Amino acid sequence: MAAGAVLGAAGADGTRVQTAPGGERPEAGAMEPAEGAGWAAAGTGRGSVAGRISGAGQLSRGPLLKKLSGQLGVSPSGRALLPGSWENADPQKTAFILRKQWTLYSVTPLYKFSSAHLKDYGRQLGAFIAAEKQKGLAVEVGVELGIKVAVSSLPDLRGSDQDHAAVLVQLSLKSSASRKKTEEKLVWSGWFCSVAGDDLSVNVLEDFTCLPLFLANGAESYTSLVGTWFQKTFDCCFRRLVISPLILTWMAALWTGYKVDKTSSAMELLFSVPCLPQPLDISYAIHTEDAKALWDAVQKTPGEITQEEVDVFMDCLYSHFHRHFKIHLSATKLVKVSTGIASAHCDGIIKFLQSQHLIRVLMLLTELAISQIQ
Amino acid sequence: MQRRQSSKHSKQPLRVHDSNQTDLSAWRKEGSINTEKTVQNQQSPSDDSKHNSLEQAVRFFEKVQDRVSLKKSEGLQKHLSTVESIGLERGLPPEVFDPLLTVALSGKLADTVNTRLLKSLVPASVIPESSVVSSVSWLCVSKCTSNVQLLFLRWLITMFDFIDRKEQLHALYGFFFSFIHDEKLCPYVCHLLYLLTKKENVKPFRVRRLLDLQAKTGMQPHLQALLSLYKVFRPELMSITLPGKMKTYFKNSEAPWKAAINAVRRRNQANSPISQALCLGTTQPQSRKRKWNAQLIIPASSANAQNLVGNSEKNSANDFFPVEQLQAFTQLVENIHCLEFPSQMGSVLTNPLLLHYMNCIKDESIYLRLYYWMGQTLQEECTWCVVENSQYEQEFKDFLEIIYKAECFLQEGFSSCEEFLCRSLPLWDGSCCRSQILRLMSWIPLSSFSEMKSHICDPLAQLFFTSSLYFKCSVLECLKELLQNWLNWHVVRLDSESDYQFRSLNTTLSGLVDGIAELIHFVGWISTVALRLENNCTFLLYFILDFYEIVCDMYLKYNLPLLIMPPAGVFYPALLSMDSVSLNQLCYIMYRYRTNLVAAKENELTKKKKQQFKFSSHTYQEYNQYIIAMVGCLWTSNVFQKDNHPQGVRLDDELLKKTGVQEFKNSFNIVYHPAMMGYAAHFLQQACPDDPTFNFSLIKGKKWNWYLDYLYAQGLEGLKLFVESSINRVSQASQNKARNVEV
Repeated sequence: MAAGAVLGAAGADGTRVQTAPGGERPEAGAMEPAEGAGWAAAGTGRGSVAGRISGAGQLSRGPLLKKLSGQLGVSPSGRALLPGSWENADPQKTAFILRKQWTLYSVTPLYKFSSAHLKDYGRQLGAFIAAEKQKGLAVEVGVELGIKVAVSSLPDLRGSDQDHAAVLVQLSLKSSASRKKTEEKLVWSGWFCSVAGDDLSVNVLEDFTCLPLFLANGAESYTSLVGTWFQKTFDCCFRRLVISPLILTWMAALWTGYKVDKTSSAMELLFSVPCLPQPLDISYAIHTEDAKALWDAVQKTPGEITQEEVDVFMDCLYSHFHRHFKIHLSATKLVKVSTGIASAHCDGIIKFLQSQHLIRVLMLLTELAISQIQ
Repeated sequence: MQRRQSSKHSKQPLRVHDSNQTDLSAWRKEGSINTEKTVQNQQSPSDDSKHNSLEQAVRFFEKVQDRVSLKKSEGLQKHLSTVESIGLERGLPPEVFDPLLTVALSGKLADTVNTRLLKSLVPASVIPESSVVSSVSWLCVSKCTSNVQLLFLRWLITMFDFIDRKEQLHALYGFFFSFIHDEKLCPYVCHLLYLLTKKENVKPFRVRRLLDLQAKTGMQPHLQALLSLYKVFRPELMSITLPGKMKTYFKNSEAPWKAAINAVRRRNQANSPISQALCLGTTQPQSRKRKWNAQLIIPASSANAQNLVGNSEKNSANDFFPVEQLQAFTQLVENIHCLEFPSQMGSVLTNPLLLHYMNCIKDESIYLRLYYWMGQTLQEECTWCVVENSQYEQEFKDFLEIIYKAECFLQEGFSSCEEFLCRSLPLWDGSCCRSQILRLMSWIPLSSFSEMKSHICDPLAQLFFTSSLYFKCSVLECLKELLQNWLNWHVVRLDSESDYQFRSLNTTLSGLVDGIAELIHFVGWISTVALRLENNCTFLLYFILDFYEIVCDMYLKYNLPLLIMPPAGVFYPALLSMDSVSLNQLCYIMYRYRTNLVAAKENELTKKKKQQFKFSSHTYQEYNQYIIAMVGCLWTSNVFQKDNHPQGVRLDDELLKKTGVQEFKNSFNIVYHPAMMGYAAHFLQQACPDDPTFNFSLIKGKKWNWYLDYLYAQGLEGLKLFVESSINRVSQASQNKARNVEV
């Protein structure tokens, strides 16, 4: 397929500018079909050493890209991956994860955590939440709706045998009218997981359990209660995990490259323009197939992705956009990436859309969490 | 009296600081007197004047008889704004509440004044119950307008917890209840009753009144709240069913005062670091701009919950001594076998007893737990790395201070702290939390220093060269502490290990020597540059020479086979300094170098076994070059000919003659040296009071000896030691100098 055709198709109905405070949306209909500049650039800048993803001024311990290349199917450390877990976690067991917004946290290793005591933990956490809710009330008034806590294990969600099985915490509201069990309403859920997190786990002692990634969905007051209890009980430390724009570009490129069974919605990049009196957001949507074709042309060596390739991929998108709207997206801040696989916001919020590539996405997130801990 | 006390107290932190490492009693004492101290510390002169103006204002309000117009009376304006500013800024003392409440509720003044008064009634400590009771009586006589009544009730609800006692207030339950029929006041009265209600207050007639009211006005949340509370106390009186739990029963009435209360609390607690730490533990998360878990809390020590509940394989829960009960050192000693660390290791930082315990227990998991917690907290709270954090600088400072104190206590650095310094130093502006950062730097362990050198030294050097003189001196001071800590650590290790083991670990010894040498060379380099940048400033030179006072004694005092001479860029400015203090310090340092080098040479000669570490001949050479220059300069007046240091002051006679100085040869000896000339002049004044010409050439022969004695008597101890050790005075110094000088 000709390069120009790809981009032209993308522009025909996929590209739009959106101003935040209800601005107009100029449809980018008329576009020149031939556009080769970006592609030429793609050819020249390849073959150099992979860069490192880590914030400026930080000591980066583990080269993140080692892992990223691993995601493409080549496991650099020769790690044995659980059969089947590589491509698909059991869709039924992971269904609850999909199409929900998860807030990301990094968690330092849990001290003296044991998966044999999950039930006990649930009970203790329930008691803790009940006690916290009563704090400050001299006398309890009215009918208190009880919170039921369930702590369980999710053995499917891990990359290899070295990873600890994920732990799911669910809070549900006991119905006040009837005491039937079926009437429980799930109000909050959160899970700890580690996918290929051995960078961290090899360094810690026996008493510690490494589940560096924590994802929460529900009211933050519950996150706070659950988190506080875990911090108190297992002497760990929760921190919000934000995603830098650089990592977002990696996500855009990586997820574009993943194969999907069914045709999914367009890839969408959301940019925010800094230093303006009024916020201005620019949304940039590209057809999935077009983005994939572009990425396939940029990405050469299978099993290895370089920072340069990601940059070229983004630069191509930027220059295409600039040609039509005369806006340099490289001068704005990338705040959100949505693809058919998942969508990620720089504030550290993620939404999984496909169980197919769940493990791979979690692997990247685990890696990010570990780099924040170390 | 108050002044004297406050000055006494202000010394206390200093003392505590000095004895960080061992003084346990100081910590305990400080904890107990802490509350008085905060109150007293606030009494600064400016506080006194404010106090006076507040007194005047209160007296003014007490005397007000008739309605005074706010616009016309300047006095009222002034006094009202005094009360407002003091109340909102630092809170009002208990004794002013009675007169001010009386004024506000007696209706003498306009409503605007009353409202402003009420809004500024924020307590610094407590509100006396009597003032509240008398204001309730004003409320009942209805002299004030309903708006003021309403505001007063809201004030009362907000300040409820600040009232010192509540017995009499409870006795007024019936009075408050009577206001329930006022439509406007009802919600607030219900809220107040909700706070006051005890079981004995729940009476059938009150229940009936409330139900009547509910029938009239419909289901009001405030009525429901009170009714459900009544039902809790006396379920037999209430047959009605109440709906389930509501989200909010009462409107938030604290808004006008909330910010002021927080500000006052924050301000009063800021004066004492300890209470600050305590308040950190109790502040509400919502007061922070960031999300959950983003505030700086050092956890309180509490027993490990896992041991108390549901731990089947360990039935030893009862055998553990709970950390909460650990109060005294004796308890620690008695229970050391059955003590367990708290559930959150971070809490040990503020608990010296647990730090003691930590010192005894060598368990890696302790350090790992602390490492994770501290590392995350430091990163999250760092005021210059995290953008919106700058307003919390004081909190962060206190936190760093606590870490530093714990490090002093344990006599070792925390690894998370090193990592933090590595990460954040390149971004540091050199001013934020300066003293804390520099002090933390002094605890970087030697082992990690070599690998972190580029992360620490490069940014530090950049800041050093571009910052003020004071910053330069602080950096030198901290590097001196760092060197001192390494040397102490080395000595302790030598003591604890036998000679044999030590030699088997000689690789680490060589690592140690290399590391220390690297640090000394670094300091030598930055010192040379700094002296040139700061025009050989005496103050700076003092800190540099202070550093070398440790360096020159490393062999004898710390048993470390390493001696490094200061670079010429430090030596010559000190030698030719305008200040006798620097010269004297240099003399002392050179004397110690000599003592160390002589001892090393002797050990080399006497000990048969091959020494693994020898001073390089270069060190001796350099020392000799310096000593020749020094003796030539101060004593034999031939420095311009004899100095053979490449960066020395050897100069051709021709060139020197061109300067036009007549006696150029001896212009730097102990008589003519610019640092010494003052002494020489004084000496001449005393020795030859009749000769007003200051003929310095008179100081020779016998007078030279007298002059020396005079200098020694002036406290130039370093010079004395130097002259007595390095100059042979029996024979003629100039002839035999070379032999004496060379070690």
